[in-house]
Amino acid sequence: MGILIDENTRVMVQGITGREGGFHARNCIAYGANVVAGVTPGRGGTLFDDSVPVFNSVDEAIAETAPNMALIFVPPPFAADAIVESADAGIPLIACITEGVPALDMVRAARYLEGKAVRLIGPNCPGLINPGARCKVGIMPGAIHLPGRVGIVSRSGTLTYEAVGQLTGLGLGQSTCVGIGGDPIIGTSFVEVLRLFEDDGATDAVVLIGEIGGSMEQDAAACIRDEMSKPVAALVVGASAPPGKRMGHAGAIITGESATAEAKVRAFREAGAVIIPTPADIGTTTQAMLQSAGLLS
Amino acid sequence: MKLHEYQAKEIFARYGIAVPQGRVVATAAEAESVAEGFGGRAVVKAQVHAGGRGKAGGVKVAQSAADAADAARGMLSASLVTNQTGPEGVPVNQVLVEELADIAKEMYLALTVDRVERCPVLLVSASGGMDIEEVAESSPESIHSEPIDPVLGLMPFQSRRIARRLGLEAGAAAAAPGLLSALYRVFVDNDCTLVEVNPLIVTGDGRLVALDAKISVDDDAMFRRPEMLALRDTTQEDELEAQAADLDIAYVNLDGDVGCLVNGAGLAMATLDVTSSVGAAPANFLDVGGGASVDKVASAVGIILSDPKVRRVLVNVFGGILRCDIAAEGIVQAYRNTGSGLPIVVRMLGTNVDDGKRILGESGLPVVFAETLSEAAEAIRRAG
Repeated sequence: MGILIDENTRVMVQGITGREGGFHARNCIAYGANVVAGVTPGRGGTLFDDSVPVFNSVDEAIAETAPNMALIFVPPPFAADAIVESADAGIPLIACITEGVPALDMVRAARYLEGKAVRLIGPNCPGLINPGARCKVGIMPGAIHLPGRVGIVSRSGTLTYEAVGQLTGLGLGQSTCVGIGGDPIIGTSFVEVLRLFEDDGATDAVVLIGEIGGSMEQDAAACIRDEMSKPVAALVVGASAPPGKRMGHAGAIITGESATAEAKVRAFREAGAVIIPTPADIGTTTQAMLQSAGLLS
Repeated sequence: MKLHEYQAKEIFARYGIAVPQGRVVATAAEAESVAEGFGGRAVVKAQVHAGGRGKAGGVKVAQSAADAADAARGMLSASLVTNQTGPEGVPVNQVLVEELADIAKEMYLALTVDRVERCPVLLVSASGGMDIEEVAESSPESIHSEPIDPVLGLMPFQSRRIARRLGLEAGAAAAAPGLLSALYRVFVDNDCTLVEVNPLIVTGDGRLVALDAKISVDDDAMFRRPEMLALRDTTQEDELEAQAADLDIAYVNLDGDVGCLVNGAGLAMATLDVTSSVGAAPANFLDVGGGASVDKVASAVGIILSDPKVRRVLVNVFGGILRCDIAAEGIVQAYRNTGSGLPIVVRMLGTNVDDGKRILGESGLPVVFAETLSEAAEAIRRAG
């Protein structure tokens, strides 16, 4: 169990012959993920690490190896093309790790994906991991994870690892961790992942890590208030960020009152989420939340 | 990346969008001669990458050519401090001298990307010339938002709807679709994140003119917009931020004295928040990125150490793609290069953490190690 990925996930890595794609494909395999194919135009017919067949196109990879998920590492100028190629071929789940995809490329790709039976995670995200199923489809360090019943959803990469590290340190395992990405235009929102966790029998509670910029946290707060029966602990980073400055992530920029950390924390508090006071308190706050919900003795 | 008003207006003009007659100049004498060409009466506008320019004295109406020269001299001689700059302001190296416009009506218009709708959106308001953020707070219903399908582009019926919302009549209403579709082409063709016209005016004789122009270009699209990169004005950027940008390091200069080196944007924001929560003030945001080399880490630490307000350094590295030993070697290299003796608190986790700590431990640098985020924050507070 867990959401989106499990033992049955068959991963196709687009950009597997690149430096980053190769490094992470290897780590995903070492963790236990079933990487069935790689795609790099022009490199078809070769083998990655003497074991994973590489194809020139997604179509060919599907015909030969039947993947049900794509993991994308191709460089920013070609990332939207890779996303649409997989969607066009009928891949139902795509995680795009690439950082720096032009916003208007993502606008067009998102328009293409609308109404199709495909879910995009990212871009500019660390991917997903389901520790219980030994399935890692992303760039997170696998060793810090522990199988368990807390779901994590986050706009960040390394801060998610920080969250996982704190939970694991307290013996609190994770059902699935999903990094939805730090860009302004992303495929899957907090709300969609919250709903998946709400319906997942293997998840007891959720840790949500938001940041400044946009209003996705406010939508998540409304979902927590109206739809979530499971407890949610929320952290919003970027309280010390000045307005108008891009804080690393293309999407982390304060452009109005609703984009501030203060407004987002207020929305979560009013929605009944448990507020994580500072990034140092992710583990302890979650632990206390689980105890008070009777989910942990 | 932001463009100057005069650069944005040059782009507008290429797309057939009417802008006032004018010329950008760098001296008072040139400003005088341009104003003379307009019969003496002119408007002088400081060319800076900061909003709030009008209220800060960066826009002046001159009644004579001598007036225009005085206005230009005043602006060019000092930095402009607005509510959007720091107290040091931004330098004014050029002013735009334009003919005075005959304004019958002022409106607001902007194109940006709507993050929720995931498409371009055209925002218009009949209350132009004002601070649009104030309008959005006080009367949000007066701002009309028109999402644009990226496949179809701006459709004529949408332009007609906007013309109605703006209360345009006769000639101006007829000209609106052409103007709006030209602005949309500016937005899409140049990978903009913002095109703003505040105000867009109707002149006494019923023409639509872009009296002001603001363009921001998507930093992530620069690889295919070399012509935009050529318009970059680094004098308008913070010196350390410009240096970092050239090295592809995400860096934002802040007010405090704790220099921060972190990998990952979210963790970097989190590090600032934790630092602030113990009463220490961060000097900067810095995300050195995932695949950083020893040299890149050293350059990043070099930027931090070259910041005169930095009194202590906090390193927070969650080793994944970036290995802890690489980070450690980069830190040692930068400290050796600069001869700095600033205290440094290091919190490292993940890949090759033992090697990283050993390299730092043997380096002789004034290092304090911390295990957790809260220990790191506490250690940096004590180092102050």
